[in-house]
Amino acid sequence: MKDDLAMLLDRLDAMGLTRRGFMGRAAAFGAATALGTTLMGGAARAQEAKRGGVLKMGLGGGETTDSLDPGLSDSPVPFSVNRQWGDTIVNVTPDGQIEPALAESFESNHEGTVWTFKIREGVKFHDGSVMTAEDVAATFRRHSDENSKSGALGIMQGISEIAVDGQNVVLTMATGNADLPYLLSDYHLVVQPKGGVDNPAAGIGTGPYKIVSAEPGVRFVFERNADDWNQNRGYYDGVEIIVINDATARTAALQSGQVHMINRIDPKVAKLLSKAPGVQVTHVAGRGHYVFIMHTNTAPFDNKDLRNALKWAINRQELVDKILDGFGSVGNDIPINAAYPLFDGGLEQREYNAEKAAELYKASGHDGSPIELLVADGAFPGAVDAAQLFQQSAQAAGIPLEVKRVPDDGYWSDVWNVKPFCASYWGGRPVQDQMYSTAYLSTADWNDTRFNNPEFDALLLEARAETDLAKRKEIYAKMAAILWDEGGVICPMFNDFIDAHGEAIAGWIEDPNYEMMGGWASSKTWFA
Amino acid sequence: MHPILKLVAQRLSLGLLLLLAASALIFIGVELLPGDVAQSILGQSATETALRNLREELGLNEPALTRYFNWLFGALHGDLGTALTNGQDISKAIGERLGNTLFLAFWAALFSVPLAIVLGLIAVRYRNRWPDKLISGITLSTISLPEFVAGYLLMYLFTVEFRIFSPISTIYAGMSLGEKLSAIALPVMVLVLVVLAHMMRMTRAAILNVMQSAYIETAELKGLRPFVIIARHAFPNAIAPVVNVVMLNLAYLVVGVVVVEVVFVYPGMGQYLVDHVTKRDLPVVQACGLIFAAVYIGLNILADVISILANPRLRHPK
Repeated sequence: MKDDLAMLLDRLDAMGLTRRGFMGRAAAFGAATALGTTLMGGAARAQEAKRGGVLKMGLGGGETTDSLDPGLSDSPVPFSVNRQWGDTIVNVTPDGQIEPALAESFESNHEGTVWTFKIREGVKFHDGSVMTAEDVAATFRRHSDENSKSGALGIMQGISEIAVDGQNVVLTMATGNADLPYLLSDYHLVVQPKGGVDNPAAGIGTGPYKIVSAEPGVRFVFERNADDWNQNRGYYDGVEIIVINDATARTAALQSGQVHMINRIDPKVAKLLSKAPGVQVTHVAGRGHYVFIMHTNTAPFDNKDLRNALKWAINRQELVDKILDGFGSVGNDIPINAAYPLFDGGLEQREYNAEKAAELYKASGHDGSPIELLVADGAFPGAVDAAQLFQQSAQAAGIPLEVKRVPDDGYWSDVWNVKPFCASYWGGRPVQDQMYSTAYLSTADWNDTRFNNPEFDALLLEARAETDLAKRKEIYAKMAAILWDEGGVICPMFNDFIDAHGEAIAGWIEDPNYEMMGGWASSKTWFA
Repeated sequence: MHPILKLVAQRLSLGLLLLLAASALIFIGVELLPGDVAQSILGQSATETALRNLREELGLNEPALTRYFNWLFGALHGDLGTALTNGQDISKAIGERLGNTLFLAFWAALFSVPLAIVLGLIAVRYRNRWPDKLISGITLSTISLPEFVAGYLLMYLFTVEFRIFSPISTIYAGMSLGEKLSAIALPVMVLVLVVLAHMMRMTRAAILNVMQSAYIETAELKGLRPFVIIARHAFPNAIAPVVNVVMLNLAYLVVGVVVVEVVFVYPGMGQYLVDHVTKRDLPVVQACGLIFAAVYIGLNILADVISILANPRLRHPK
């Protein structure tokens, strides 16, 4: 029961964009950026907002082993907990723009190799000390230390130098990367006093709520931070997060009014729950997706015809309907969808085609021995059912696909990225470059399809350095086409984030970045 | 030395030996689990460097035997170590959790044990008539229902349909006793339903066994009321098997209620243990295992001693 929750978020390292997002990125490119508009939007909304009351959130995905160290945050509850007390230097807005937080503004040189972030003045940590550029730099250093256990280590590795210049933090990159502000919105990079080096789990930050008590896996209590630098958030007097890992108990807690909002609604009950009185079910399409991954360097999956036979042999719409109960969208064997900036929709959508699959399977010359797909319940919710549906549609095309169910325990260390054909999921990344660099570059640690295509690698590096957005989009389209045809990833579907809240809550907005309004539900909603 | 004291001393030392064996078994069990501790802690997002750093920090590169004896040495000095995963002091964390578990077990036992025994007595009094059949029927159906189903049913009934109790049983420091009791009402109900049948049936069977004896017939001929015969004359001679079953169920209330804990979000030992098993947090698993083993062994010793005390033939051995 726990595993399917715990593993869900692991690789969701950063927040992201919608299709309008690249306009914000375009503005962020190269020159200095004025970021006043989003703040004004917040002020306008705040006029209607009312202060007061204690918000209770019932959240699944927390364990007694959780730490308050933001670097170790890897599941939904720590994510939401850290959102209460901590801030990153920038945030990604629901429509995919970069919004200032602890950094007031930022600029980069033309190549995108030197980035200067101007740190907001007069911001106080919860312990009363003043936040400085030194604290920000120390935070970045802690997360980029090679001995760090931080989940943001991979993001920080591209930064070669972290310097402080008065109120500015200056980051120097080995190679230009226009996506840096998006990477720095990563939820691990919460600014802590002196970088949190002495006590990373102190829970002292600049966020809208201060920690009163923290019992990992059980309950977290917060009170409003009266000195919050941003008065257009944090409308509640206090927030209580109750960890409820059991989905039925979570739903009952919302229905009985014990909590005001809950996360992770099972798609199978979402429609039923939305009919319950006093309950509002919200869902938003994100970049998270479920995959079946083949190692392209291991027989029989080193045969492109066999890979493509399997890709044509899966019924994507059926999976979206039956596994996600419609709360999602079909995938197209690339990890990118319209939620990414610079997405090109020109690629042919693969549908279920038994004849084509049978033809390709014949062409592959496979000896007809069973093709084993390893799957565990924890690979993604409904993974075993999905694999069985896949098996049926593949067998209808004459492909001897066999499903082998393995335990959740040890799945991520012994099966995923080890066995040649298994089920998995990705939480998505804010930008295409990061998604591809994380899992499809031939040298990537998590190249879980063992994809090795020199042309693809070269295009990826070319795109990263390309400052012309139209050209960049063209390159990404080319890469998508290569992956679609040659890759080892079968991506049947992108899943929605499904949350629910009671009718007492006002101000709920859709945020595709992550569940619970990208973690900002307690900051940006209020009691009606 | 008094034979009873001698017996208790014998049982205690045997129990300690058993505990040692149990700790070794738990250690071996955890070692055999698939996957790697560092990987389990850091999850799928772990990079090679982070894994290597964590392994070094946790001393996982040392041989298993060394780690086992280091831990055992610490435990003998009352130091259970710190959790590998979040660096919390285990003794402190377990102290709170154990307190919660015992609190829940205590209230469940307080209701279930007397209820089970009284129901058993009633069932014997009206054996094979409708009260007996009704009691057996109801208790057997509640024991046959999986705990989580019973939990969901009660939750639906008492929190969604009639909002009497809270579906969340989280208790924390600062709650009054009344608030705590109201919070744990539903899990206590579920636990009572689950353990009732076993104890009731054993009480009934044990007493029925005694009811065939000649002295019961004498009591009947003396004209005593049937319920007095059962409660005063038959029950004391049937105590040994009943105590054994009661202790088994008490032990279950302490160590076996993880499902109920999860359903009602109760911060007890079970959930704590399961979370740490998943993350291969060996010191915590060992500590929990030891405590659970100690509870089992302790309650069983208690059951033995009570059965002996209740039996004059064993109390005064020739």
